[in-house]
Amino acid sequence: MATGIHALTAGYALDALEPDERRAYEAHLEGCERCREELAAFWQTTEALAVAASGPAPSADLRERILAAARQEQQVVVPLESPRRRTVPVLAAAAAVAAVVALAVGLWAASLSSDLDGTRAALERERAAAAVLADPDARTVALQQGEGRLVVDDEGRAVLVADGLGPAPAGKTYELWVVSEGDTPQRAGVFRGEEEGRDVVRLEGTVGPGEVVLVTIEDAGGVDAPTADPILGSLPV
Amino acid sequence: MELAAPVVAFARSQERPAIRRQHAHLSDEALVALVARGDEDALAELYDRIGRIAYGLALRVLRDDRLAEDAVQDGFLAAWRTAATFRPERAKASTWVLTLVHRRAVDLVRREERRRAEPLAEEVSVAEAAEPTEEAAWLRFERERVQAALGQLPDTQREALELAYYGGFSQSELADRLGVPLGTIKSRMFAGLARLRELLDDSAQEGSWRPEYTR
Repeated sequence: MATGIHALTAGYALDALEPDERRAYEAHLEGCERCREELAAFWQTTEALAVAASGPAPSADLRERILAAARQEQQVVVPLESPRRRTVPVLAAAAAVAAVVALAVGLWAASLSSDLDGTRAALERERAAAAVLADPDARTVALQQGEGRLVVDDEGRAVLVADGLGPAPAGKTYELWVVSEGDTPQRAGVFRGEEEGRDVVRLEGTVGPGEVVLVTIEDAGGVDAPTADPILGSLPV
Repeated sequence: MELAAPVVAFARSQERPAIRRQHAHLSDEALVALVARGDEDALAELYDRIGRIAYGLALRVLRDDRLAEDAVQDGFLAAWRTAATFRPERAKASTWVLTLVHRRAVDLVRREERRRAEPLAEEVSVAEAAEPTEEAAWLRFERERVQAALGQLPDTQREALELAYYGGFSQSELADRLGVPLGTIKSRMFAGLARLRELLDDSAQEGSWRPEYTR
């Protein structure tokens, strides 16, 4: 019988770990071939348990609902071998450590500038955002205003994917807010807005159930409380 | 502006049935690779192969049609979003998708307190028993095979596996509920899964079959 973290393999295959154990085990798995082999074998067994649970068919419209929802977030899926990645090999190698989804857009844009610190900071932001987007437990929350979506993991870490905002006006910035009903909006960071296409922004802090994420245009540097109407807003998380 | 995307989605859905079977010849793993590149038809094909099993599993855990469909939808969307991270050397594609759905179902059921009061022993009624399709027959055959294997496990091991996988209880919750040390629960799960694997290997050699389109 395995001991220590190895002993969590069965619990992991059965999804019977607490969230912190699950993460610890996944980190362990990267470096433990024995556990990977054992897990592969246990997963075959849990798949048999899954098949054995089969019963009535789902409603016929579930298929179309899933496909419609997938279409809404189609472009979050960027191929790992994106041509853009190959044009920035140094950054690509570093980003490969963070693995997961290549959020090439912002990274690529940053790499075009000669501002190395800015590039590093952009890389860190991309990594933080990619970690949330690649989390299979993360949920997608639709926007009630604006185009894009909010992705929130089970610890409330959130990434806003906003389409077509464009750069903030001169002397201004986009500012993020987390709002719970009847409470003062909490600052959740600022961003400039990409020249074209999509902004992928990791929110500062966390977003809780029932809270809403808003974006306003504020003076450069950001302000402590929103002064304008939101230009983008999510549904409650 | 807000309406644009749904309208497009609706228009595209009208042409779907005619083209979707173009991926029928591909392996599950090839489908996931296509899903990683944003291929909706590959996602549709994956759903056609695994959706029903995923739903049965989610329903077993959640015991509620609507919640089960939510879990299936969330799981497939997680697959859609993260297909680029799928590693075929680690798991079969079907296992990976079922794991995403199961994990979502477990997360949901842990939030649903009413589940805690329900007995877990009773079987979900099997509505497809009368279905004459080959797929339904295969599912029935597999269910009986796995249940026979489960029945050969020591009671404590079978209980640990069923409460964890179908009941959504974590190891620590089970230790509390059953009043035994956490280490005992871990041992029971480990030994139970290992033994179940052997039993299923044995019974597979006696002859299992599967219709080609569900492979």
